[in-house]
Amino acid sequence: MLRFLVRRILGALVILLVISAVTFWLFYAIPRDPAMMSCGKNCTPDMLKQVRHNLGIDHPVPVQYWYWLKGIFVGRSYGDFGDCAAPCLGYSFANRQPVLGTILDRLPLTLSLAFGSAVVFIIFGVGAGMIAAVKQGKWQDKLASSGSLIASSLQIYFVGYIAMYFLVAKLGILDNPSYTPLTDNPAEWASGLLLPWLVLALIWTANYTRMSRSQLVETLSEDYVRTARAKGLSRRTVFFRFAWRGAMGPIVTIFGIDLATLIGGAIITESVFSLQGVGRLALDAVNKSDLPMVLGVTLLSAGAIVVFNIVVDAVYALIDPRIRLA
Amino acid sequence: MSNTNPLLDVSGLTKHFPIKGGFPIRRTVGAVQAVDGLDFQVSEGESLGLVGESGCGKSTTGRLITRLMEPTAGRISYRGQDITHAGRRELAPIRSEIQMIFQDPYASLNPRQTVGKIISGPMEINDINPEGGREKRVRELLEIVGLNPEHYNRFPHEFSGGQRQRIGVARALALEPKLIVADEPVSALDVSIQAQVVNLLQKVQRELGIAFVFIAHDLAVVRHFSQRVAVMYLGKIVEIADREDLYDNPRHPYTRALLSAVPEATVDEEPRERIRLVGDVPSPINPPSGCRFRTRCWKATDKCASEAPPLVQAEGNKPGHLTACHYPETQETIPAPRLAKDPEAAA
Amino acid sequence: MTSTDQQPFLSIKDLKVHFSTEDGVVKAVDGLSFDLAKGQTLGIVGESGSGKSVTNLTILGLHDPARTSIEGEILLDGQELLTASERELERLRGNKMSMIFQDALASLSPYHTIGTQIAETYRKHTGCSKTEARKRAIEMLRRVGIPQPDMRVDDYPHQFSGGMRQRAMIAMALVCDPELLIADEPTTALDVTVQAQIMDLLKDLQQEFGTAIIFITHDLGVIADIADDVLVMYGGRCVERGTKEEVLRDPQHPYTLGLLNSMPSLYGPVDVPLTPIPGAPPSLLNPPTGCRFHPRCAFTEKVSGGKCSSESPLLEIVDGRGSACHLTAEQKQELFADFAATRHN
Repeated sequence: MLRFLVRRILGALVILLVISAVTFWLFYAIPRDPAMMSCGKNCTPDMLKQVRHNLGIDHPVPVQYWYWLKGIFVGRSYGDFGDCAAPCLGYSFANRQPVLGTILDRLPLTLSLAFGSAVVFIIFGVGAGMIAAVKQGKWQDKLASSGSLIASSLQIYFVGYIAMYFLVAKLGILDNPSYTPLTDNPAEWASGLLLPWLVLALIWTANYTRMSRSQLVETLSEDYVRTARAKGLSRRTVFFRFAWRGAMGPIVTIFGIDLATLIGGAIITESVFSLQGVGRLALDAVNKSDLPMVLGVTLLSAGAIVVFNIVVDAVYALIDPRIRLA
Repeated sequence: MSNTNPLLDVSGLTKHFPIKGGFPIRRTVGAVQAVDGLDFQVSEGESLGLVGESGCGKSTTGRLITRLMEPTAGRISYRGQDITHAGRRELAPIRSEIQMIFQDPYASLNPRQTVGKIISGPMEINDINPEGGREKRVRELLEIVGLNPEHYNRFPHEFSGGQRQRIGVARALALEPKLIVADEPVSALDVSIQAQVVNLLQKVQRELGIAFVFIAHDLAVVRHFSQRVAVMYLGKIVEIADREDLYDNPRHPYTRALLSAVPEATVDEEPRERIRLVGDVPSPINPPSGCRFRTRCWKATDKCASEAPPLVQAEGNKPGHLTACHYPETQETIPAPRLAKDPEAAA
Repeated sequence: MTSTDQQPFLSIKDLKVHFSTEDGVVKAVDGLSFDLAKGQTLGIVGESGSGKSVTNLTILGLHDPARTSIEGEILLDGQELLTASERELERLRGNKMSMIFQDALASLSPYHTIGTQIAETYRKHTGCSKTEARKRAIEMLRRVGIPQPDMRVDDYPHQFSGGMRQRAMIAMALVCDPELLIADEPTTALDVTVQAQIMDLLKDLQQEFGTAIIFITHDLGVIADIADDVLVMYGGRCVERGTKEEVLRDPQHPYTLGLLNSMPSLYGPVDVPLTPIPGAPPSLLNPPTGCRFHPRCAFTEKVSGGKCSSESPLLEIVDGRGSACHLTAEQKQELFADFAATRHN
């Protein structure tokens, strides 16, 4: 296990390094000058030079990358602008705020959104899939499969606005989406996020219904499930202890990746419900050619995916003793 | 053995599959010794049976001699030409002369191709245009393997298991091969169908003079089909002999145990000899030192652990009967009923 | 069916198992009857699609009730199984009757240790403590010849070799001392030397526990080794029944004869072709009329009036011996005479 972790974490660091380097390089491959944007309308060549210096982009690209990388480990000094302590991701080109601080500000909302909707879609998705698998060919199954087909063809910007209109504006059942930190007021935290959770979950649930149904249908026809029945175990025991155990692996894998994707920011959901999460931050950063912010957000989403991949592999080994970690 | 110019000559054939491991950098830490130093020859028109239990390396051997796999060491020569490490280009003319028949008649035929297409495939690839056209040749082949030539346009799923194996045989025959490697060609078939396919292969071997390497775990089927038989255990040939010698006078304890374990559909008055091997076949990753069979052999001594017995003509063996054992079985220890009941011996 | 006045331990009467599929009704078992006494081994022989496996899944009630229609009677120790409740069947399965399957690797759960899987059965039926069940599991592993059972009990199936897995399956099936053991091709996937070990083990255990065994196989050689009685199935029906000696020495049905003739042997002449049965096993979706074997039978012309294709031959069993064939006893004696000459015993 330890060997596995060490090996995988080393691998993850290499991946993150490559991703950041590629992002850096891609950013400068696009003909756009962040200094021009920052300098404003009446920009003189001298001012532009000064801005370039302030932004730290007056060095060759590899050197800039090196400074950026060094900043993460040993911090970085921005002269009169001040010092940036050890895990330093730099300052935003757009508003001169520290990148790390901004991301950490936005992260709680995105995490709340991700985990909240994940809880909803894993429960409903897998639950519906289980029922459909047990009642193969019956009306429950048909309902689940047609329901998931419809749900998976919906789009958040469509469902989101409709739900806002009916549930919030017309009927007033749900609160207008807003974010209150969990630590401030748990009740408001939940009621403010309930609508985004449900809408986001609706789209993802369909996936899990179909996947858990097909996995379970497969494991239910496995020989070892038949053996378990032949031993005299009840249908219920056989279903949960044997069939479900076998179906879990692939579901956990997909779930891990999905969760990681959500942590990288749900751009559309956040936009539809006007929530200021990491997704919105990423969108704005790209629009404003804000390199440090783009790098920061990219690192976060890539990091989430890499970390969850390691977690998924470790969990998979716990579920299936045939998998050996090495 | 006395054959001066065999069709296929294999010496020291070895295949080790590397095992990766280690920390923090992965490297080769060991090897599965699937096949370890095989020597055998196949003459033109002869059928060599390769028998042994799962994991003995018989299928790997089949893949090595058809060059679907690259040997780790050793030498394979086909009609005097060394093909051990021959490249694609050098192999091309030989590939059409060495064909393969596989175990699973369901998985080894492309379900989206018609029978005609499947059988003419090898001709197309090798750009062979037989007289009268490919279709005529395919119809001939269908006839040879006992299928209706009218079935030219049908798909594999329209045939039963036995018929599909016939299609596999027809495909192998399409290029008029000199050697067919058949890997468990009948073991997936029902008993009543198995005999049909064995008879077909026998007919093909005799009438078309094609040599066979017949890989099987069923000793009775091999006895029917192969003139020479090699018994494999853990990647090595432990005994090789002409059919009569091997089945009537097995000299290696493993061969003898294997023969005694085959259930016969007869109700004998006097019980047959029963040798029950204990335990399982050891791992090919770390095979026993010396003789690989020693861990399950009732005759094993210290010598067996320290010295690997060479595959030689043991004392009392007929020419061509080779046994790799320090203490070969003797004629006297073979129970009488086995000999008396053999009509050939009686005749 | 037997003439003993005593109630047989297992009695199956006119069993019909039909599945509905998209293509139509599959008559997997079509009017099968047999009895089995305690401590006896019945070998059921048949090729793929003969209905032999379906019959035995039906005894345990493991068929899919939504797609299967079943008629007939299955009496186990006087208790009707086809009408028994699911709860009742759960009490019997693994306890009074149990089953071992062909592919032990697929049939054992890859997610649980061998010990857990054995102990689980024992706990379910005895309600004993975990420690006790574990002790019992170790004891069973020892009895089926697993070395170091107290260590191996915590292994997973993939850590066992093929032969050991089948031993573990047997240990699991016998943990509650069942009175009926159904073995569905338990040695088919094994190498011959391991097969011989497993059959010896089953024979020993049967002597020890007095279990009645139904042994399903396609291999008449295995039957010769293990069975007392033999039932030959073809196309969902029994075509011949008798003791092992009777069936193997003096087959009374052309199909049995054909099977015996098509088997290559370790003895006898080698340079003559085998005698296969022509054609292929019938489709149970649309089985042949009359005798289901008639399209592949060599002797249909010997029966007058085309009866073979129009009329199902009756299976008449006297003293446990009989066959379902229109040929008369005299005809069989004459036509099957060659058999004795070509066989070596």
